Amino acid sequence: MSGKLDKFCLVGAVFALLSLVFPLSGVDPETGKNVAFVSDLPGLASAMVACVVIGVFFTWSGVTSVLRGSIILLVVIYGAWQAIATLYDHGLAGYASYGFWMFIASLWALVWRGIDVIANYRTLDQGKQQTANIIVPLAFGIWLLFLWEVITAGFGVPQVLLPAPSMIGVRFVNSTGILWDDFRQTFLKAVLAGYVLGCGSGLLVAIAVDRVPFLKRGLLPLGNMVSALPIIGVAPIMVMWFGFDWQSKAAVIVIMTFFPMLVNTVSGLNAAGRLERDLMATYASGYWSTLFRLRLPAALPFIFNALKINSTLALIGAIVAEFFGTPIVGMGFRISTEVGRMNVDMVWAEIALAALAGTAFYGAVALAERKVTSWHPSFRVRRH
Amino acid sequence: MTTDAATLPAARTGPGLWTRMMKGQTGPVCVMLIGLFVIWYIGAIFMNMPGQLDRYARAKQDWTVSQLVEATLNQDRPVLPAPHQVAAEMYKTIFATKITSKRSLVYHTWVTLSSTLLGFGIGTLLGILLAVGIVHVLTLEKSLMPWVISSQTIPILAIAPMIIVVLGAIGLKGLVPKAMISTYLCFFPVTIGMVKGLRSPDHIQLDLMRTYNASRWQTFFALRWPSSMPFLFASLKVAIAISLVGAIVGELPTGAQAGLGARLLAGSYYGQTVQIWAALLTAAFVAAMMVVVVGLFEKRVLERMGVRA
Repeated sequence: MSGKLDKFCLVGAVFALLSLVFPLSGVDPETGKNVAFVSDLPGLASAMVACVVIGVFFTWSGVTSVLRGSIILLVVIYGAWQAIATLYDHGLAGYASYGFWMFIASLWALVWRGIDVIANYRTLDQGKQQTANIIVPLAFGIWLLFLWEVITAGFGVPQVLLPAPSMIGVRFVNSTGILWDDFRQTFLKAVLAGYVLGCGSGLLVAIAVDRVPFLKRGLLPLGNMVSALPIIGVAPIMVMWFGFDWQSKAAVIVIMTFFPMLVNTVSGLNAAGRLERDLMATYASGYWSTLFRLRLPAALPFIFNALKINSTLALIGAIVAEFFGTPIVGMGFRISTEVGRMNVDMVWAEIALAALAGTAFYGAVALAERKVTSWHPSFRVRRH
Repeated sequence: MTTDAATLPAARTGPGLWTRMMKGQTGPVCVMLIGLFVIWYIGAIFMNMPGQLDRYARAKQDWTVSQLVEATLNQDRPVLPAPHQVAAEMYKTIFATKITSKRSLVYHTWVTLSSTLLGFGIGTLLGILLAVGIVHVLTLEKSLMPWVISSQTIPILAIAPMIIVVLGAIGLKGLVPKAMISTYLCFFPVTIGMVKGLRSPDHIQLDLMRTYNASRWQTFFALRWPSSMPFLFASLKVAIAISLVGAIVGELPTGAQAGLGARLLAGSYYGQTVQIWAALLTAAFVAAMMVVVVGLFEKRVLERMGVRA
């Protein structure tokens, strides 16, 4: 037994105990009675008792091992499940009161302690350490989703203001057809075309600029400055020039992605060291051979940096450009029209799709970077 | 950026001014800008030519090349307005119109700028607070940092119209919702930069603080905070630029009431290309100015801290 009491477990236990006493729900305005009591809900009551028990136990004995942390997390998962079941199956949604929120507070304290233990877990076993490193943010994310769900349902937040994640999920699954069409229009047509064209032309111009020091000195400061400008504003002009369809969005993306690529590649082409260049010179290697064998590979980390920045910019460019006029399909179009019709859950489904697409795109680029530039020092395994 | 290079070499003696300018950045940048203007004019002539020829053909009017060129550069609603048209529009709406008028670009710029700055202020504060939490609480770092990083890959601007409309539905209108978008956008770069910055002191320096028996707070204010300043300013430059983008995009869904974004949208509705370009150039100018101002602050602060660039 440790000398110090475990504060988080203590808080968790106290709140769970209080939640057993206080009323679970407010007063029903029609009947004038409480909607639900703890005694009516054996499932929730058992979860509360479990929280009290482990809270009290670990307050004295301390959460000393990952096993104990996992036990806490398991109890919390059970409690969270019971809380959601109570909300939806027993008509607590919108009427939740002190008792319920105290239970949530108790779960919060306990989940924090559980995550804390796993976050502090140190081992030399790579696999185990990595699992722990993934579990922590994952558990935290799930916990946030749970909080979102419980708060929107418990307080009866109007759906127009903020729909519960479950509602968004249902909408997402039910409208995969529309979402796929939007995805194809915005991502597969506009984003990919604009991204390839913008990054490609940025790369080629950078190689050309690199040969002429005068151009390099002139274009680099301008390119750096451009990154601070709200380029997205060219969207209405591009829509006028290239029409409503995906070509205008691709044009916006080309302009947005061109300069990061240019600036990064130009600085990347200078990354090869003096020694390596001299070595290439002693091999009597010409400009092109040096470029392809030494300087471009040495510039790859910079190029990938631009590719990663651009992956996000491209999606933003396409979506915002669609606010200025599109055919009746596309992620930006859907967002702006469904907002107008107050179908907020559909908007959230689109945002979830955009988030998924953006993360997947970025992830794909990052993965390619790992494969292609695995020699770079930043990918060496650090042990500490 | 470029002005530094302009003044510095000129102060020294040596080769002629022209050579020195061309050796540095100023000369090339100027040449590039002049080239840009030339391309712009040529582009304007060629992009407006089909429309003008069409007009001549319909009016059954004879034309010479010089007439054609002059006409393409002075159309009412050109495909690509010539620089002098945009300049004239900007002069008209910035200097020749009363500031309080809804036609004044100064008025619209102020609307956008106020929400940009409000959002920037709140976002920076939030970002710094989050970074302080992440640096000091390991659990927060392990659980929150991956989400902060992955949130960078999400096209956050997509949320903008929803925030505006939904907050408008519950009675929040005008400045605050736009500022919220800016807040949201600029809070991530600040967090990431500050986490890096607050971690930047060497182990040896942290150990020194420990030998002084310095508390966490003392270490924070005497060591971590000062050494994070360069990182903070680097992120602030990114943050203020993105904050302006957020404010502009935030003005789109409100149906073009006020602000630079509204000017863009109204221009695109009514085909007023000159107005779009004027708003766009103003936005670019404001963005550049804000970055320059942050840069000046950076210089002052770092100079007072004794850092030599």
